[in-house]
Amino acid sequence: MAGTRGYVNRRLHSLLGVVPIGIFLIQHLTVNYFATRGPEAFNAAAHFMESLPYRYVLETFIIFLPLLFHSIYGVYIAFTAKSNLSNFGYFRNWMFIFQRITGIITLIFIAWHVWETRIAIGFGWAELNYSLMEGILTEPFFFWFYIVGVISTTFHFSNGLWSFFVSWGITVSPRSQKIMTYASIIIFLAISYVGVRTLIQFAYGI
Amino acid sequence: MSENKTVTMIITRQDHPDESSYEEKFEIPYRENMNVISALMEIRRNPVNADGEPTTPVYWDMGCLEEVCGACSMVINGTPRQSCTALVDQLEQPIRLAPMTTFPVNRDLAVDRSRMFDSLKKVKAWIPIDGTYDLGPGPKMPESKRQWAYELSKCMTCGVCLEACPNVNSKSDFIGPAPLSQVRLFNSHPTGEMNKSERLQTIMDEEGLMGCGNAQNCVQSCPKGIPLTTSIAALNRDTAIESFKSFFGSDQRV
Repeated sequence: MAGTRGYVNRRLHSLLGVVPIGIFLIQHLTVNYFATRGPEAFNAAAHFMESLPYRYVLETFIIFLPLLFHSIYGVYIAFTAKSNLSNFGYFRNWMFIFQRITGIITLIFIAWHVWETRIAIGFGWAELNYSLMEGILTEPFFFWFYIVGVISTTFHFSNGLWSFFVSWGITVSPRSQKIMTYASIIIFLAISYVGVRTLIQFAYGI
Repeated sequence: MSENKTVTMIITRQDHPDESSYEEKFEIPYRENMNVISALMEIRRNPVNADGEPTTPVYWDMGCLEEVCGACSMVINGTPRQSCTALVDQLEQPIRLAPMTTFPVNRDLAVDRSRMFDSLKKVKAWIPIDGTYDLGPGPKMPESKRQWAYELSKCMTCGVCLEACPNVNSKSDFIGPAPLSQVRLFNSHPTGEMNKSERLQTIMDEEGLMGCGNAQNCVQSCPKGIPLTTSIAALNRDTAIESFKSFFGSDQRV
């Protein structure tokens, strides 16, 4: 059947967004939150993550490959939609468009973020520690760039989690979908707080 | 007094499927309890536009005139709906009529909805019972199930859900919510269920179920109130189980 590949790709796209990418996102924000306990705590946590065994395997299969697939296929999905908000201004239609817009913003943000941190560290241009992030985030432009990027990412994940529950047939009834909407809002607020709080710590030291 | 009252209509017209569209304004005498179709009939009776120039009568499709056939769907003041149940008194003037953009235009407001009927064929939206001998009575259907399945059977293939869907457009081949919901309808029928797997396999691609982006405009727009998004979510579950069975094996298929 001609369409089987399309089916598998779409299923894979939905799955990878939550497992492992969503899980990695929460882990990443949590480890970074150590910054609020001071530079030493952050450096210790970052060093622990950095010195995990078979780190390159973990990075490749849990972060880079899934992220690459999810983003490339996601751009394709985003550009096959045609916004019709002017005639259909329903809540879910707004979420539909935001999901696509934040997907593109998140892709740009993550590409820059990976270049500036992981790739720079890999080439030895930078060292993974508190002062690296402090250096980036004390510049007002990059502080706001990170704020937009982080909130866009947390939105894309939270709303994507709602879609994931529908796409896998977990929330079928309108009632369960509605309750999941409230749950996704709470998740969005909670992880956005974690992300933004960390950014403020790096930028202002408070 | 009522002779002086008029209804203003701005209609998007197109003379030929290959020609580009243009707008034409009409002023027609108001009558009580008019619907969009009776207003269009008034133009047909006296095809003169608002500038007083004689023009060709506006062409549109219609059938039952009681919101059951789906033929008279068009975009009325930005909303796709049936023109038979669009009452002039409840519409803001000028009333803007346009053909649905998802379908090719035959002429003026009449569109070609063939793609929907092709999709119904593609997803096998029927129950095959023809054979060489009498198969006898089919299995019974629980009343509770019959009740919600009846809701799904109200679909009149009008095309409003396709028009409302942001993923049904020139850049995608998504078949839209209506034919997907029919898969759920025929799979819920005790005899139709015998071909459940086959029907599910036909929608397990990008043009099928995977084309949905959960914008949920369809369920908001459906004139028959069909729970389209519930059908889609239910099919998401069914196809997930179906792919598990077809990959790992089951008692139906080795």
